[in-house]
Amino acid sequence: MATNALTNLFNQTEDPSLATPRMNRFTFFFLIIVILGLGCGVASFIFGHEKMYNYTRDVPWGLLISTYAFWAITSTGLCIYAAISHIFGGTKMAVVSNRMVWMSIICILGAFATIGVEIASPHRMLIYNILSPNPASNIWWMGTLYGLAVGCMIVEFFGIVTGLARIAVILGTIGAIAEVLANSCLGGVFATLPARPYWYGGQLPIYFLTAAFLSGAAAIVLINHLAYKIRGHKMPQSVKDAIKSAGKAMTLVLILYSVATFWRLIMYFVGGSELGRIAADALISGPLAINFWLLEVCIGLIIPLVLILRSRLKNTGMLATAGLLILIGQFVARYNLIAGGLLVPGTLGWDNAPTYFDYVPSFFEFAVVIGSLSLVCFGFLLGERVFGKTFTQKEHH
Amino acid sequence: MDIKALEKEKNEGIDTLPSEERRKFLKMGLTVTGVFLGGTVLSLTSAQKALCVNTVSVIPAAGQYPYNKHYGMIMRQNNCIDCEKCLDACRATNHVPTGHDAWRTTIQERLTTVEGIEKREFRPILCNHCNRPPCVRVCPTKATYKDPETGIVVMDYKKCIGCKTCMAACPYNARYFNHDRYAIDKCNFCLDTRLAEGEKETACAAACPANVRVFGDIKDPSTEIYRLLHEPDNKIWVIRPECGALPNVFYMNA
Ligand code: SF4
Ligand code: SF4
Repeated sequence: MATNALTNLFNQTEDPSLATPRMNRFTFFFLIIVILGLGCGVASFIFGHEKMYNYTRDVPWGLLISTYAFWAITSTGLCIYAAISHIFGGTKMAVVSNRMVWMSIICILGAFATIGVEIASPHRMLIYNILSPNPASNIWWMGTLYGLAVGCMIVEFFGIVTGLARIAVILGTIGAIAEVLANSCLGGVFATLPARPYWYGGQLPIYFLTAAFLSGAAAIVLINHLAYKIRGHKMPQSVKDAIKSAGKAMTLVLILYSVATFWRLIMYFVGGSELGRIAADALISGPLAINFWLLEVCIGLIIPLVLILRSRLKNTGMLATAGLLILIGQFVARYNLIAGGLLVPGTLGWDNAPTYFDYVPSFFEFAVVIGSLSLVCFGFLLGERVFGKTFTQKEHH
Repeated sequence: MDIKALEKEKNEGIDTLPSEERRKFLKMGLTVTGVFLGGTVLSLTSAQKALCVNTVSVIPAAGQYPYNKHYGMIMRQNNCIDCEKCLDACRATNHVPTGHDAWRTTIQERLTTVEGIEKREFRPILCNHCNRPPCVRVCPTKATYKDPETGIVVMDYKKCIGCKTCMAACPYNARYFNHDRYAIDKCNFCLDTRLAEGEKETACAAACPANVRVFGDIKDPSTEIYRLLHEPDNKIWVIRPECGALPNVFYMNA
């Protein structure tokens, strides 16, 4: 009975046009990379995190935390736009909101997979987050709220698939609120550490939220473009309008985010803490300079802006390229922010401490990152194949 | 001297206050409990309690220490000769693993020039058992906490999920990942290894031949640390006071 109902359900939601050998090959390919990449992370529990990752006493966090932050922030962005269009309707993005909910879930799973193999004892977390919670800890709130958000979104998605619109809207709203609060706690994790002047301060949580709006919009543009690319269909006008609408949001937030980035850095050079200034210098002319100028600023901010202007928000291919570049820039920006705060020794001047600590991510850290990226790609293809009709149902009205 | 009225005064900052005045101020009555430092009066009591008095400049009154014992350490920094006997004693007593940058206390050094002569300066560091410990605040599972009896910041290893937030939060690089325990570890003033056995000193303080490290209950007027902290002529400082962690490890020159 149940299997029958399930088969019926999938018959209604799946998109048979994607059941091609080529699609299967791609999906399978990503699955293999997920297993290999995240497998490296899982292996760290057997061989010891210290042997697989290049973390040290001086630099306790690195590429994996920044990757986690990137996926979590992107998920928040997608979820917010989806919720806005579900609750208020009327936005052109509403036609693609089901796809956004799915991808928001997938992105947060990418985040969980990354942090799951980053922390040393996740099994203790499952127990003591509940038995011994610390309400003063941002990490505790962040984990709990992201957990709540993903739970809500899964039920919301179930509501969408089964046509229970009320459940979907209510849980979508709760999920989006939880995502925003979790995102703000994620910013708070860094913003509330006076030991790291590069992070410390009230601006960071807002900066993270702005980044969520930017990454979310960029992801909407890119994902919807790809959804039609893989089908080889002509994109309906309604989806083009949705992309245009997301493109507008993306442009606006791109400018806001650039302004915030500019002032954030300038601040350190007009006074304040020496450690903050040295960290900012790491981005401007130090070990993170190429990351910052080439990847974060040129590829992540300037070129996308030029592309958006040239596309006049009409050429979706160009917009999607801008979206992709923004996401690459955002990924590197998360890394620069986290590395910037950690590379500067707190007791500078003693012990002949170097101006900057050395940290280069290990092969296995990169492997986990590739694994998490493949997980998101796999989730995307799977979603389009299994829930394709749910995603496109509103597009043709 | 009306201390209450004084508290309401605006902080003039260190630049404007000559050290002559600083001394006078200390002699005026701070023998009670405070340590004057960099233009701010540093609390020796818990931040929680101290905040009740005044959030800007905290002058703890006697009797406001929240812990039965309130352990701290003062370093007579210029006495340190970098013999590292303290480090060996700590490693042996507390089974600190070798490798992976594991240490509970270490000696930092730097070159300074005093009156034209280059001089090597040594500074012992360890966990400051802060009164407002960032590590304790950030820990999601209360795996690290302030022992209510002694004010010592301790670990409950089984609860540590290894998120390493406390390592990022500690201004003093006092925490390390203990691969044997698969949890964060740190100095606990030899709470389990010596104080519990009735010893009065930590292993490092006991091993120091130059009497650099003076350990004791900063609440008890009969202790040497109390005397050193409240001697008006002693210039006392702490590391990175701007982080607001309110450390309980103090420094002076003998
Ligand atoms: S020195 Fe570091 S580890 Fe020790 S109590 Fe303060 S913040 Fe925690
Ligand atoms: S690493 Fe362990 S002790 Fe440190 S904050 Fe995380 S759970 Fe707490």
